[in-house]
Amino acid sequence: MALSIIESCVNCWACEPLCPSKAIYEAKPHFMIDARKCTECEGDYADGQCASICPIEGAILDGHGEAVNPPGSLTGIPPQKMAAAMAEIQAR
Amino acid sequence: MIELKVLGQGENTPSGGGCSSGGCGSTNDQLSHLPEAIRQKVFNHPCYSEEAHHHFARMHVAVAPACNIQCHYCNRKYDCANESRPGVVSELLNPDQAVKKVMAVAAEIPQMSVLGIAGPGDPLANPERTFDTFRQLTEKAPDIKLCVSTNGLALPAVVDELCQHNIDHVTITINCVDPEVGAKIYPWVFWNNRRVKGRKGAKILIEQQQKGLEMLVERGVLVKVNSVMIPGVNDEHLKEVSRIVKEKGAFLHNVMPLIAEAEHGTFYGVMGQRGPTNDELMALQDECAGDMNMMRHCRQCRADAVGLLGEDRGEEFSMDKVEMMDIDYEAAMVKRKAVHEAIEADLEARRKQSNEALVTLKNMNTTETRPVLMAVATAGGGVINQHFGHATEFLIYEASATDVRFVSHRKVELYCSGGDTCGDAETTLEKIVHTLEGCEVVLCSKIGFEPWGMLEEAGIQPNGEHAMEPIEEAVAAVYLDMARNGQLDEPKSQAEARELRA
Ligand code: SF4
Ligand code: SF4
Repeated sequence: MALSIIESCVNCWACEPLCPSKAIYEAKPHFMIDARKCTECEGDYADGQCASICPIEGAILDGHGEAVNPPGSLTGIPPQKMAAAMAEIQAR
Repeated sequence: MIELKVLGQGENTPSGGGCSSGGCGSTNDQLSHLPEAIRQKVFNHPCYSEEAHHHFARMHVAVAPACNIQCHYCNRKYDCANESRPGVVSELLNPDQAVKKVMAVAAEIPQMSVLGIAGPGDPLANPERTFDTFRQLTEKAPDIKLCVSTNGLALPAVVDELCQHNIDHVTITINCVDPEVGAKIYPWVFWNNRRVKGRKGAKILIEQQQKGLEMLVERGVLVKVNSVMIPGVNDEHLKEVSRIVKEKGAFLHNVMPLIAEAEHGTFYGVMGQRGPTNDELMALQDECAGDMNMMRHCRQCRADAVGLLGEDRGEEFSMDKVEMMDIDYEAAMVKRKAVHEAIEADLEARRKQSNEALVTLKNMNTTETRPVLMAVATAGGGVINQHFGHATEFLIYEASATDVRFVSHRKVELYCSGGDTCGDAETTLEKIVHTLEGCEVVLCSKIGFEPWGMLEEAGIQPNGEHAMEPIEEAVAAVYLDMARNGQLDEPKSQAEARELRA
């Protein structure tokens, strides 16, 4: 199984140096994980390192395609609150 | 010269140091507890000296993208909000590009004297990139001072490596010393290969910050502490923070306002946490000042800002333009040396001059008059030389019966960008007038008819009569005029009441 990075990645470089398997590489338009190399950090760390430092909710998916850090889990902003604020900004 | 002794600036004045222009009553006192070597460093520092920052230039390079914590006032889609304004994205450079850019700027702008790495993430969470940049610059441009800003989490671990470079000072952003407060500011930190949330994470961060501060002071490095004032979260608490960081040897504690807008997508922005009013901010800055020196220059410049106070020439030095430049580095360094020496000599001369101007103020016997806040539009050089409509920030000075001192700066949106389309100028103008709340005078080189009227209506007197004059002297002159005209006899509350009626 492997983790993967999707388009919401902001290319902050935080994950790349932490990967014990050197599975993460810089790419366009965003960082990528080499699925053949990713070990999910098994045997090295309790938690996947990339998903433990990534600041962007939803940018990293687990082996089942689920966000490791779902909306609200990192910023503490309740998703409904975020949606309401964004809708209000759109309306302006 | 007898008058100089009246101000206590006579034979006791240390050579080369002495009075920092309008800061006579403030800066000098604020620095008096510091060892002479540190005072000297601060005097000609473009970020800290009240007058040097008009003359020396500084720049930042954005080489450090990663961060190891989350702050509630930051959205990681943008630059670090500790050091930039929220919502800003800088051009990310690798260390080689950054060095190239710094060398180009230092050749084109010979006033350049300080290079900072402040983001867009945390410089010490990117140790290879940050230290590679420092290493190269220490070697190629030893006359440029280096500085770094950090949240402090990684500081103890890298402090020894940091001290190997030409480091002038370190800024640590410390918003709390109590994990309970910290839990409301930092949702998580990345520590020992884990994401640690809530109070536990905040506790680790606080411990590392305090340890890092102590280690730097032990090693003789200048440490500045920045704090973000978050009303209802850490505003009262920052007094305690100020006391502690001062005890530990920080040379300066700088309180900045929280800036939170929903469109920045930050926790505070979306949750409707407000920032402090100008009055609240100034009251806290005064309170924290106590016997701690606290200067208020740090202007949250962009992580890739370039230039003198009030200007950002970053556009001229984008990487593609830098690549095209043909530069003689040796000649540039020689020129820089000459320019720096000329500035220092000029500053020295100004110090003497403004002593004299202030003596006049002192002799006025105006001890009964109330202090007045004035806003100044300047493009640098320590003089009033900016059109009201071109100002992106105003420097706020307080004139009182005893002295003139710089208290803060307030950023505004440009209401006129030069062309004939001023867009929704009116609402922007209203915002500017609101930003200048509390000031009674605006000094600028010129001002349009419309803003003039709006300012007057708001009880703020526009004044273009002192164009090209040194700021402190002009502020003192206007204050004296106000005193002579009896405008200062009426207490401020009445003046405010009059404004409200108007
Ligand atoms: S889970 Fe671990 S091994 Fe896989 S990419 Fe992330 S850091 Fe590398
Ligand atoms: S930490 Fe997250 S946002 Fe940053 S580069 Fe890695 S995947 Fe992208």
